[in-house]
Amino acid sequence: MSTTETPSGLMDEYKYGFVTPVEEDTVPKGLNEDVIRHISIKKGEPEWMLEWRLKAYRWWLKKTEPRWAHLTFPPIDYQDIRYYSAPKPKSDKPGEIDPELQEAFKRLGIPLEEHNRLEGVAVDAVFDSVSVATTHKKMLGDLGIVFCSFSEAVREHPELVQKYMGSVVPYTDNFYASLNSAVFTDGSFCYVPKGVRCPIELSTYFRINALQTGQFERTLIVADEGSYVSYLEGCTAPMRDTNQLHAAVVELIALKDAQIKYATVQNWYSGDKEGRGGIYNFVTKRGHCRGERSKISWTQVEAGSAITWKYPSCVLEGDYSTGEFYSVALTNNRMQADTGTKMIHIGNHTKSTIVSKGISAGESCNSYRGLVKILPTAFGCRNHSQCDSMLIGGQCSANTFPVVEAENGSAIIEHEATTSRISEDQLFYIKSRGLNEEDAVSLIVNGFCKEVFKQLPLEFAVEAIKLLEMKLEHSVG
Amino acid sequence: MSEATYDFEIRNLQASVEGKPILKGVNLGIRLGETHALMGPNGSGKSTLANVIMGHPGYEVTGGEIVYKGLNLLDMEPEERARLGVFLAFQYPVALPGVTAAQFLKTTLDAVRGDKKPKASEFLKELRGNMDYLEIDQTFLNRFLNDGFSGGEKKRMEILQMLTLKPSLAVMDETDSGLDIDALKVVAKGVNKLMGPNLGLLVITHYERLLTYIKPDHLHILMDGRIVLSGGPEVVKQLEEKGYDWVREQFGQEVVEV
Repeated sequence: MSTTETPSGLMDEYKYGFVTPVEEDTVPKGLNEDVIRHISIKKGEPEWMLEWRLKAYRWWLKKTEPRWAHLTFPPIDYQDIRYYSAPKPKSDKPGEIDPELQEAFKRLGIPLEEHNRLEGVAVDAVFDSVSVATTHKKMLGDLGIVFCSFSEAVREHPELVQKYMGSVVPYTDNFYASLNSAVFTDGSFCYVPKGVRCPIELSTYFRINALQTGQFERTLIVADEGSYVSYLEGCTAPMRDTNQLHAAVVELIALKDAQIKYATVQNWYSGDKEGRGGIYNFVTKRGHCRGERSKISWTQVEAGSAITWKYPSCVLEGDYSTGEFYSVALTNNRMQADTGTKMIHIGNHTKSTIVSKGISAGESCNSYRGLVKILPTAFGCRNHSQCDSMLIGGQCSANTFPVVEAENGSAIIEHEATTSRISEDQLFYIKSRGLNEEDAVSLIVNGFCKEVFKQLPLEFAVEAIKLLEMKLEHSVG
Repeated sequence: MSEATYDFEIRNLQASVEGKPILKGVNLGIRLGETHALMGPNGSGKSTLANVIMGHPGYEVTGGEIVYKGLNLLDMEPEERARLGVFLAFQYPVALPGVTAAQFLKTTLDAVRGDKKPKASEFLKELRGNMDYLEIDQTFLNRFLNDGFSGGEKKRMEILQMLTLKPSLAVMDETDSGLDIDALKVVAKGVNKLMGPNLGLLVITHYERLLTYIKPDHLHILMDGRIVLSGGPEVVKQLEEKGYDWVREQFGQEVVEV
């Protein structure tokens, strides 16, 4: 089925809003055990995988959507969603990528052809429910690094998937994670063996194309002892005037002395000025510092989606392990974001850093929600949290919900928070030096986000800055 | 002297703040190469005049015009005025957290130069020279602009911006307020470096002492929104002979503080 609708006059603001006319192999709308079996068969999965999905589904049936977040949205009809949609292969030759898909990813700035691919970045490209290409596999394989689609990992590396899948985010974790566990379609898998430092950035690019289809990807990254990997995630979707559901799960596992850096630039379609359409982004991301001196860093730039519900967290179990969370969340028009992190200190001398920058414009609502928990048996732990909000215009709102539960007296916890508004005097000062209003705003906003942007690889930081500038156009004055 | 000979001219300017008239018909003309001092008591409208020249949106212009290079500035955005060569050294410079002084200076210089952007190496060389001249430590390049700066540091940074952007018409809004004598000398040194046949300068102050370091060739006294005294070298000469006591006698103690 191919569609080409796009609300007119919006292309300037969201350049990723196009639809690719590919034939899709889909299942009927609705969710039941047959649909799950169908997905599992489509993906050629072993029996244990299907069993796990069904257990998750039965658990999910007993649960209701969490409503504690500072978000307002109508009830979601889970029977009105299509749970599988894959572009039909045009060629029977394995490894050949449909030119339409290649073109689509090229328009997104992600060339998939070997001769044209990005320097220093290996990409797994996920289109609706399936991974369509993974680059640089040979080079990574020589180092013993496994980087492939989740479906492939289930088939080719079942022992690793069975050992680690659900060990950080169990299928009983929360409503959306359970749903994902039941119906997840694809995503990326990465395993870095002992002592290996992955020499290039690994990246997954998620693209929702099909209409009325949910995207439920699952990513699992395991860094074995003493290894290092840096991972980037990007996402876009066409502009449509109905909401689409995206419920992903990301699990990170860092063993002794391993380090994982995970960066996201999220730019799902956020709906129009009146709040019609856009992606509902309900995501569970969690990292587990399992070994001593391991380290997990989350960096996120959340600039899209009608609704964002997302708390990339770290469970700091290994002694001397470190968790970091750097976030920029921008909301404009009618967007809503409730995002933050949880840092759970279990091991001794564990350390966490939280830097959250919220920017609200238009009539949007932007909340930071965070938990820092120090267990009674965790000695010598430290946390530093910095939560800043910036308001642009008079109709938006910003909230901060920080919770600290320190159950061990030796903990040192610092929390700083500020709220500021871009003032007329600031704008006038910069304009009087020759910059126009939009450049003045982006100078202020980029300064505000600097601590987070410097965590991103350079090209990504440049993209992130451009993205924020684009998102804030015409939002002042 | 006919009106047409002024390079910068304020004609019958009237402006209000929140509906209250502050400027009630100001006339003032400046030729490039001249330095004008504008004095007056607090509340006479000096800062309002400076802000209106630059285009602050909080002031409502109710009449008159400001003509520079044949264009009415009042029709232009502040950034367009800046690109035309107008500069305001602020009385209260704002802080920009996250924006380093070096980044700000380069960004603003690129903006006013338009197509003639300087090379980064040339820019830095000149900037470092200017910083030495103004006795600003080089570490300020990487500090966030005006963020946690002392009053004196902010004022020096304003002069550094002025030296960098090289305006042709500069307004200094009470740059001397809150400065000790050493800082004042440094500020004056910076301004004097820029003075020449291509700069028209309007120095707003109500302290006599600044004008011993920046010598004006014209003097204007603003009282209650109107220029009540305006004179050229002859008036300045008179000042040099009689001192500012003469002005104080004529217009009141508050016009010129020692």
